[in-house]
Amino acid sequence: MSEERPTVEKTYKLFLGGKFPRTESGRSYVPAGAPGVHVCRASRKDLRDAVVAGRKAGADWAGRTGYNRGQILFRLAEMLEARKDALLREILAGAPGVDADEAWADVEAAVDLTAWYAGIPDKLGALLGSQNDVAGPFFAFSTVEPQGVVGVIAPDTPFLTDLLALLLPPLAGGNAVIGLVSERSPLVGLALGEACATSDVPGGAIQLLSGLRDELLPEFASHRDLDGLLVAGDPDAAVGRAAAGSVKRVRFAPAWSGPAPRRLDWIEAFVETKTFWHPVAP
Amino acid sequence: MRDDDIRDAFATGGGPAGAGAQDAPPTLSFGARWTYDPAPESEAVAPIDSRYGLFVDGEFVDPRSGRYLQTIEPGTGEVLSEVAHADAVDVDRAVAAARRALPGWSALPGEHRARYLYRLARRLQERAREFAVLETRDGGKPIRESRDVDVPLAAQHFFYHAGWADKLDLAFGAHGHEPVGVVGQVIPWNFPLLMAAWKLAPALACGNTVVLKPAETSPLTALRLCEVLVEAGLPPGVVNVVTGDGSTGAALVEHPGVDKIAFTGSTEVGKAIQAKLAGTGKALTLELGGKAAHVVFEDAAIDQAVEGVVRGIFFNQGHVCCAGSRLLLQESIADDFLVRLQRRAARIRVGDPMDKNTDLGAIHSPEQLARIERLVAQGVADGGTLWQSPCALPERGTFFRPSIFTDVGQSDAVVRQEIFGPVLTVQTFRTPEEAVAKANNTTYGLSAGIWTDKGARILWMAARLRAGVVWNNTFNRFDPAAPFGGFRESGFGREGGRQGLAAYVRRPGGLVQG
Repeated sequence: MSEERPTVEKTYKLFLGGKFPRTESGRSYVPAGAPGVHVCRASRKDLRDAVVAGRKAGADWAGRTGYNRGQILFRLAEMLEARKDALLREILAGAPGVDADEAWADVEAAVDLTAWYAGIPDKLGALLGSQNDVAGPFFAFSTVEPQGVVGVIAPDTPFLTDLLALLLPPLAGGNAVIGLVSERSPLVGLALGEACATSDVPGGAIQLLSGLRDELLPEFASHRDLDGLLVAGDPDAAVGRAAAGSVKRVRFAPAWSGPAPRRLDWIEAFVETKTFWHPVAP
Repeated sequence: MRDDDIRDAFATGGGPAGAGAQDAPPTLSFGARWTYDPAPESEAVAPIDSRYGLFVDGEFVDPRSGRYLQTIEPGTGEVLSEVAHADAVDVDRAVAAARRALPGWSALPGEHRARYLYRLARRLQERAREFAVLETRDGGKPIRESRDVDVPLAAQHFFYHAGWADKLDLAFGAHGHEPVGVVGQVIPWNFPLLMAAWKLAPALACGNTVVLKPAETSPLTALRLCEVLVEAGLPPGVVNVVTGDGSTGAALVEHPGVDKIAFTGSTEVGKAIQAKLAGTGKALTLELGGKAAHVVFEDAAIDQAVEGVVRGIFFNQGHVCCAGSRLLLQESIADDFLVRLQRRAARIRVGDPMDKNTDLGAIHSPEQLARIERLVAQGVADGGTLWQSPCALPERGTFFRPSIFTDVGQSDAVVRQEIFGPVLTVQTFRTPEEAVAKANNTTYGLSAGIWTDKGARILWMAARLRAGVVWNNTFNRFDPAAPFGGFRESGFGREGGRQGLAAYVRRPGGLVQG
């Protein structure tokens, strides 16, 4: 009788600065949705490191042309399409109750959503900017620029689309994003990092942490060098109060039904309008 | 003209005392013979009542609080009038009136709302001189500025937004739009009428109803605007004005019946409001403080840049959130530029705000004057070199000389803190990269200025300065079609343009503020 081949098990790690480190704290937890797995329980220090890396990568990401950012996001869609089977397995491994057809539909929707947002970066000026018809001899126009580094607290669901629906708007707006993946079902969210790593996304422009929401959300809210914060769920007074210290741009995304939202106004919440004036003279 | 006049006029020589530059630019001197006679604007065009109530539900009412506050004329230091000091009960009445008016106002065809806003614009234009006089007496700004800037721009804001009221589908077609609801608006004392117009016009265009809280020390033009609202036939309750101090503003911010707060004022108060609204899901826009860098390169048109820097810091006594308060000079031109700047600043006419020749009026309040004096003393104590205009100051009222600090460092209080007065700091830089680094070394991000003849450099710089408004070869320009607002701790949300309109609509399925 031949022994069954022991598989090579995957270690789930954080995605920070384009690399896959374990948490600096050395801690792990067992997610409720994946009882057989230990994932990193990221610390405040991990978040701080991510913000430093995000600040650096964000300048790179924001400094690229919209065309280039669009191609990179489209490349991410290509990588997701190519990994659909693997992503399906991560969803099922992270949430045993999920129906396989539903999970498959979610993976396909995640690819579609990413491709939709890939078309955004080279149209931000046309969609959100303006030429301003001022009453005087001036050429005046307004552009949009990313806020910088934006934290994203994903819905606590097993689905990849739910994470991407919140990551992609600030990312397409040119921000570096730091996502905290679902606490119960973190596996597919962490696997997203593997697709990012092969998509020419600058290391640090997308970063993914796993950990305990109640432990990390206050750190996201109070971190003074995080420019924006997008939180799945209803408004939370403690988050808003902590964020006010640095006039952080905070938005909450209530649960939605139906397909993942594709929203220009969600992007608009994480860009800054800059108005430019210059005299016109002979 | 006599011969010695002509000699005076073409005399050349060094700049003001202390400039010390060897090749000082030539100077024009007209001697002491050509002086200005007083040219006061008449006060008669804007009579002021001895007491004002609150404007609630379309009429002036006595405050339930029974309390009143005095408002002082900064140019003379004398009491102008007294206005109601609304308490929480008064605020509640106003919010209730706005709530009652909301269904009717928001259901009006946009074209009808537009008609009311056009009326406001036109009636403001008709009564322009009256508003200018009132603004200058209550606030202390030169009549020239209230006449040529504040009032015309306020009228333009109503006119501009009137045109949006029936075109919201064009602006927000993608995700739809609905009014936010009852909006509480808290405005500052530096541009009382203009801020009221900035706040009211887009709110009303989008179908919201409003409770407006003017600043404690400059309430009169907002109250006079209520007369115009009545004349224009605006339905009762659509706009309510509650005067008072910070406690009145706090009562408005905390009122559960308010759906959105729009605040212009200090960063400190803005943070407190953001914290107070946390978790309520109410919408919030903040237009807060600034510490704008004004960057001058060696290839700039120097004389125009001097004028721009003067306009940038001394406009409205420097009581401007977007004032160009940190001058950054390229090292190669710094000495020469400073001589020219001091010479120009010494010619600024400081005095009676009602005089049509006055450039720099009265500091708005004794409290603000004390703050300016404290920060300037701090600047000297920190080792800065202070130059002040040798001009004479009026004997009564609150005034401060145009002031320029050199020998200051990035960590000095006068470089970091918003002074909100006619006080400029000067630092130097060598490369564009260094200018960007110094300009962005602040927690604020409201505005910035660039002076250079190189088009490519302007665009390179403008893209890197972290500020919501970048003026290039000009400064302190405002227009309702041009979005205005800050990055970072200068606040969030915009005023003006389609972008500013977005702050007054709720989009179904949109994100919620926290």
